[in-house]
Amino acid sequence: MKRFRHQLLVFFNHHPSLSLLSLLGPSLFWLGVFFLVPLLIIFLYSFLQKGPYGGILYQFTLENYRRFLDPLYLTILIRSFKLALMTTGICLVTGYPIAYRIAFAGKKWKNTLLVLIILPFWTSFLIRTYAWMLLLRDTGLINQLLLKFHIVREPLKLLYTEGAVLVGMVYGFLPFMVLPLYASIEKLDKTLLEAAEDLGATPFWRFLKVTLPLTLPGVIAGSILVFIPSVAAFVTPDLLGGAKTMMMGSLIQNQFGPARDWPFGSAISLVLMILVLISVFIYLRVTKEYE
Amino acid sequence: MNNPPSQYLHLPTAPRPRVSGLPRLRAPASPHSNSSWLDWVTGLGYLFLYTPILILIVFSFNNSRFNVVWKGFTLDWYIKLFEDTKILEALKVSLIVALVSTAISLVIGTLTAWAMYRYSFKGKRILEGVLYLPIIIPDIVMGISLTLFFVLIKFQLGMASIIIAHVAFNISFVMVVVRARLQGLDRTLEEAAMDLGADEVTTFFKVTLPLLSPGLVAAALLAFTLSFDDFVISFFTAGVGATPLPVQIYSMVKLGVSPVVNAISTLVLVISFILVTLAEKLQRK
Repeated sequence: MKRFRHQLLVFFNHHPSLSLLSLLGPSLFWLGVFFLVPLLIIFLYSFLQKGPYGGILYQFTLENYRRFLDPLYLTILIRSFKLALMTTGICLVTGYPIAYRIAFAGKKWKNTLLVLIILPFWTSFLIRTYAWMLLLRDTGLINQLLLKFHIVREPLKLLYTEGAVLVGMVYGFLPFMVLPLYASIEKLDKTLLEAAEDLGATPFWRFLKVTLPLTLPGVIAGSILVFIPSVAAFVTPDLLGGAKTMMMGSLIQNQFGPARDWPFGSAISLVLMILVLISVFIYLRVTKEYE
Repeated sequence: MNNPPSQYLHLPTAPRPRVSGLPRLRAPASPHSNSSWLDWVTGLGYLFLYTPILILIVFSFNNSRFNVVWKGFTLDWYIKLFEDTKILEALKVSLIVALVSTAISLVIGTLTAWAMYRYSFKGKRILEGVLYLPIIIPDIVMGISLTLFFVLIKFQLGMASIIIAHVAFNISFVMVVVRARLQGLDRTLEEAAMDLGADEVTTFFKVTLPLLSPGLVAAALLAFTLSFDDFVISFFTAGVGATPLPVQIYSMVKLGVSPVVNAISTLVLVISFILVTLAEKLQRK
């Protein structure tokens, strides 16, 4: 046994590329077959036609991409973008002060505050979205409080609106914004802030001229991490929105469910994929410049 | 924008006395000790993050069918939960899927992290990109593409297809966590072992692995949580063959709000919170 092991080691020492391959082999196989190949299938399907009873007809077409220009689908596309941008904006404006506060918190508090941001980050998004249904329903907690204090006469329509989707997405993705921002503010050379102060900068100008430019990579990272899942959100619009607030995610699900139009569903998915890749590219460019 | 405002130009009237030229022994005091609005915004942010969860937990103990008004404390919904065969079946599916996918992705992800840490090779940047992709790609795209793939190769949708999908996204998460731990390792310890005559295998098992183990356990806990909580990808890759817990919860929510959903949701949240807190503690070790 020992001798065999020794021989094996000698063999691998003589062939370092083989030992690398045996380390990387499993993940290359798994991600290749179960991640990249499926994405390739989507790419191919998006240029094919829908069969008469669903399924795929192997005939080349660009029709699936042209359909994006139909008013019906264009509205959904624009709504997805609008809500995703609003979500990103709100997360940035609320997430920045929170990340800043954590970065400047004392040692004792910092860990606790961070863990409290990380916890929702890892827990069931579905359940956290469902919790908002309890708050927003006609008989939900918010309406009950409003009625009780005679602020409104009859319950407000809160659930199944665009506003509900927006609140749900901000709630769901806020940690994605806070964490990269925190990392970026944490890395900041604090003496630069003092220098700015010593040179007479007011807090506002100091933030604008020193803090913000130096933490830009965090801003970009957080914005991308929020924007991508927002534009493709499925759970939030499905539970908190409704038929009137359809977004790209629900549209994709629809094509593979009731509509049975796989090629069109693939085309929408591919557009989302390309969006993701563009965002990542932007991020890499920005962080490179800073390094 | 290029003209600094006037207050930018004149120096503060009384510069703070400062010992310069000496190395600082402690970090400068936060220049924001008196920013109360920051505290307010942060407090509100945390309130916003945790209120809905707390409401959900409170209502899971509410003695009312319609979970609207507080009618008193009860454990009925938890009892009902454990009589509900559908939920128990879904729980079983979720546990099996989470355990198996965690085990597989832990091995593959660790091997990958090790290779990325030890070797530099052609195409490493590209591989890195591919490894981070499952983390950022929208769930729905991943779920749909895998489902199409399974249908195309005529692979029966069910427990196996969910496990395959979960391993596909968990490899990346495990790799990131383990790699972070590896980068914090003291290389000299391994070198010392080698100098004392241990071969690579012995060194790995006697030195590297024990040092790595908190990172490995943390990665396993996070992978388990992600798999156990995943809804979107499971929803698409489950077919009718198997129903994991989140998919079961989703269909119950769609049918109408029942307090049993609050009870099962509370349990899932509490389990996730415990696992993630443990993982956090381990990663800081």
